[in-house]
Amino acid sequence: MVNENLVKDAVKEPYKYGFVTDIETEKIAKGLNEDIIRLISEKKEEPEYLLDFRLKAFKKWQTMDEPNWAGLGYKKIDYQDIIYYSAPKQKEKISSLDEVDPKLLETFDKLGIPLTEQKKLTNVAVDAVFDSVSIATTFREELAEHGVIFCSISEAVKNHSDLIEKYLGTVVPASDNYFAALNSAVFSDGSFVYIPKGVACPMDLSSYFRINSGDSGQFERTLIIAEESSSVSYLEGCTAPMFDTNTLHAAVVELIALDDASIKYSTVQNWYAGDEEGIGGIFNFVTKRGKCLGKRSKISWSQVETGSAITWKYPSCLLLGEESVGEFYSVALTNNLQKADTGTKMIHIGPKTKSTIVSKGISAGNSINSYRGLVKMGTKAKGARNYSQCDSMLIGDQASANTFPYIKSQQPNSEIEHEASTCRISEDQLFYLQSRGIEFEEAVSMMVSGFCRDVFNQLPMEFAAEADKLLALKLEGSVG
Amino acid sequence: MQSKMKESDPILEVQNLSASTDNLPILKGVSLTVYPGEIHAIMGRNGCGKSTLSKIIAGHPSYNITNGDIKFLGENINSLEPEERAQSGIFLGFQYPIEIPGVSNLEFLRVSTNARRKFLNKEELDTFDFEELVKEKLEIVKMDHAFLSRSVNQGFSGGEKKRNEILQMALLEPKIAILDETDSGLDIDALRIVAAGIKKISNAQTGIILITHYQRLLDEIEPTYVHVMSDGQIIKTGESDLALELEKKGYEWTDNFIKES
Repeated sequence: MVNENLVKDAVKEPYKYGFVTDIETEKIAKGLNEDIIRLISEKKEEPEYLLDFRLKAFKKWQTMDEPNWAGLGYKKIDYQDIIYYSAPKQKEKISSLDEVDPKLLETFDKLGIPLTEQKKLTNVAVDAVFDSVSIATTFREELAEHGVIFCSISEAVKNHSDLIEKYLGTVVPASDNYFAALNSAVFSDGSFVYIPKGVACPMDLSSYFRINSGDSGQFERTLIIAEESSSVSYLEGCTAPMFDTNTLHAAVVELIALDDASIKYSTVQNWYAGDEEGIGGIFNFVTKRGKCLGKRSKISWSQVETGSAITWKYPSCLLLGEESVGEFYSVALTNNLQKADTGTKMIHIGPKTKSTIVSKGISAGNSINSYRGLVKMGTKAKGARNYSQCDSMLIGDQASANTFPYIKSQQPNSEIEHEASTCRISEDQLFYLQSRGIEFEEAVSMMVSGFCRDVFNQLPMEFAAEADKLLALKLEGSVG
Repeated sequence: MQSKMKESDPILEVQNLSASTDNLPILKGVSLTVYPGEIHAIMGRNGCGKSTLSKIIAGHPSYNITNGDIKFLGENINSLEPEERAQSGIFLGFQYPIEIPGVSNLEFLRVSTNARRKFLNKEELDTFDFEELVKEKLEIVKMDHAFLSRSVNQGFSGGEKKRNEILQMALLEPKIAILDETDSGLDIDALRIVAAGIKKISNAQTGIILITHYQRLLDEIEPTYVHVMSDGQIIKTGESDLALELEKKGYEWTDNFIKES
C-alpha cells in the first residue's frame, strides 16, 4: 500500500480513442416499432425475405424479457430512446475511396486503421464500420482473385443474396435470446466473409467497428462462411468516444465451418469503459456463435476484452461434425466499476469432438469479472473431450472474480476436465521485480502478461503486442 | 573496530537505524559501514532482524524507518524506491526467491539488466546480445541454458533458485550485494558453486554482506568482519575468528553480551 501514491501520481493515459468525429449524419427518429424496421430495410434496399426476417424477429423480441440472470445490475435501457440507424452523409454511390469523406478517412487514420491506397495496412484487409454503415473495405480485388468475398453485409445482401438467405440466422436464430432478437430486427451493417472450397485466405481479414454517435446504438451483424477445406483468420477491433451516457452495442456474429475448414476469430474489444465513477461507457451485449458443421472442422475464438462498462458475451461452438474442434481463449480485464460476464458454451453433438477453454480474468479497482461457461456432451458425443482452465487474478482488495462453470453430460464415454485458480499480485512479487531495477508499473504489467501468456500465444502476431500494451495501459493507476 | 585506515569512501553506511512494521519495532539502532573490497557477515538467531535489515536497505515497502539513515555512496537513500536503489547498484539476494508465473526467466533477466545498464549510461542489450552475455554468466553458476526459458523461479529446486539469484548478481554487477541466507537449503556441491560464484563476482570495488547461520559458507568466503545481531541490534563485531567462536559456543554465548551492555 506504500506504493499507492506513487501509482496514483503516475501519469494516467486517458482513453486514446475517446474523440468524436464532427460529421453530418443522417439519423432516423428515435424509437423502435415496425415502421422503423421497415424504414431501415427500405434504406438498405433489402429483398422481401430479409424484411420478413426482421419483422419476425421484432415480434419475437416483443414477447421476450430482458435477461437478468447474470445479475449485472444496470439501469433499465429505454429501447424507445435509441436511434437505430445513424450514418454519415455521403454521396449516393461511392465508386472509390477518393469519394469517401476525408473526415472519415482521418478518423480511421487516427484509430490506427489507415484505409487509403497509399497508407493501408499491407497484410490485413479491413472492413471499416462507422456507426450503422460500412465505410470501406480494402484489398477487395486481390481477395476476389482467390474467390474470397469480403464486404459489408449490406453489400452481400445485394450481391450474394443466395448465401445470405441460406445461412443468415442459422447459427444464432432470431429467437435465441433477447439481444439476438433485437439485433435481428434492427441490424444495420457488419461484415460478410465467404471463403470458397479449398482456399486458404491469403491474408488476415479484419473489421473495425467505430461508434461515433452518442444516442444511437450499434447493431452489427457478421457472417463468416468457410467452405470445405478452406481457412481464414479474422480480427475484430472496436472503439467509441467518451460520452457520459451509456450506448448499447448488441451484435450478432455467426460462423459456419464445413468439412475440414477452419476459422480463427480474434477480438480486441476496447469500447469506452466509462469513467472512474462508472459514468458512461458501452453496454456490450453480444451473441457470438460458430457452427462446426463439417467433419474435422475447427472454430477458434480468441478474445481480449478490456473495454465496455458492461460486457455480456459467450462466444460459443456447436460441434456437430465428427472430430470437429472448438477453442476459446480469453483474457478479460476489468478496472474501476466495469463488469464483465463472459465465457463460452461448447456444445458437443458429434462423436470425437474436442474443445479447449482457457480463460484468464483480471479484476482491478471495484470491478466484477465473471467467467460463465457451459460444456455439454450430447448423447451422440461418444469419445468427445473437453479441457477447461479458468484462472482469475485480483489486483487490489476491492475487486471481485467469479467462476461459474456448468457441465452437462449425456454421454458416459466422454471426458470433461476443469481446472480453476485464483491468485493475487503479491507485494512480495512486486518487490522482487522492483529490487531488480524494474519499475513498479512495468513489474505489474510483466506479471499480468505472464498470467495471460497462454492466451496471448493464440493471438495473431499484430494483436498480441497490441494486447500487451493495452493491458498495461488499462492497469495504470490500478495497483495500490 | 574499523581502526584500519580507509583509503576510499564507504559504499554503504547504515547509521543508527531503527525501523518498524505495523508499529512493531524490528531494528533498534543498527550501525554498519561497508568499504570497497570488504565482506561483512551478519549472524544471529532467527527473528533478530537480519533479514529485515537487508530488506530495508533494498527498500521493502512494508517497513518504516523511524530513525537513522542509510547512505549509499554518500547519498541518503531513505526515501528511494526499491527499483532506484537496484538500478544504482544495491543488490539483495533473497532468502526465498519469489516465483513469477508466466514471465520467462530470460526476459526478466534482460529487462532487469537493461534497467541497470540504462542507469550506468550503457547501451541496452537486445535479445541477441543479451543471450551472449547471459551465456557467459551462466558459466559462473554452472546453470544450464534451459533455465532461461522457464518462468522465473517457478518449479526451481531450492538450489536452482539460489543459483538464479547469483546469476542475477553476476548480470547486475552491483556495488554492494546483500545475500540473505543464500547458503541455506544448499547441499555441499551447490554451496561450493554459489560460493565460487560470489567470489568471482566480487572485487576490490564491491562490498558484500553475507547473512548466514552457518560457518560453512564462511569457510568458503572469508569475511573481513563478523557482526552478531540480537533483538534488532548489532551486539558484537569481530573478525573472521568470531564466527568460529560462535560456531563452537552457540548464540547462548552471545546472550551475555546483551546483559553486559
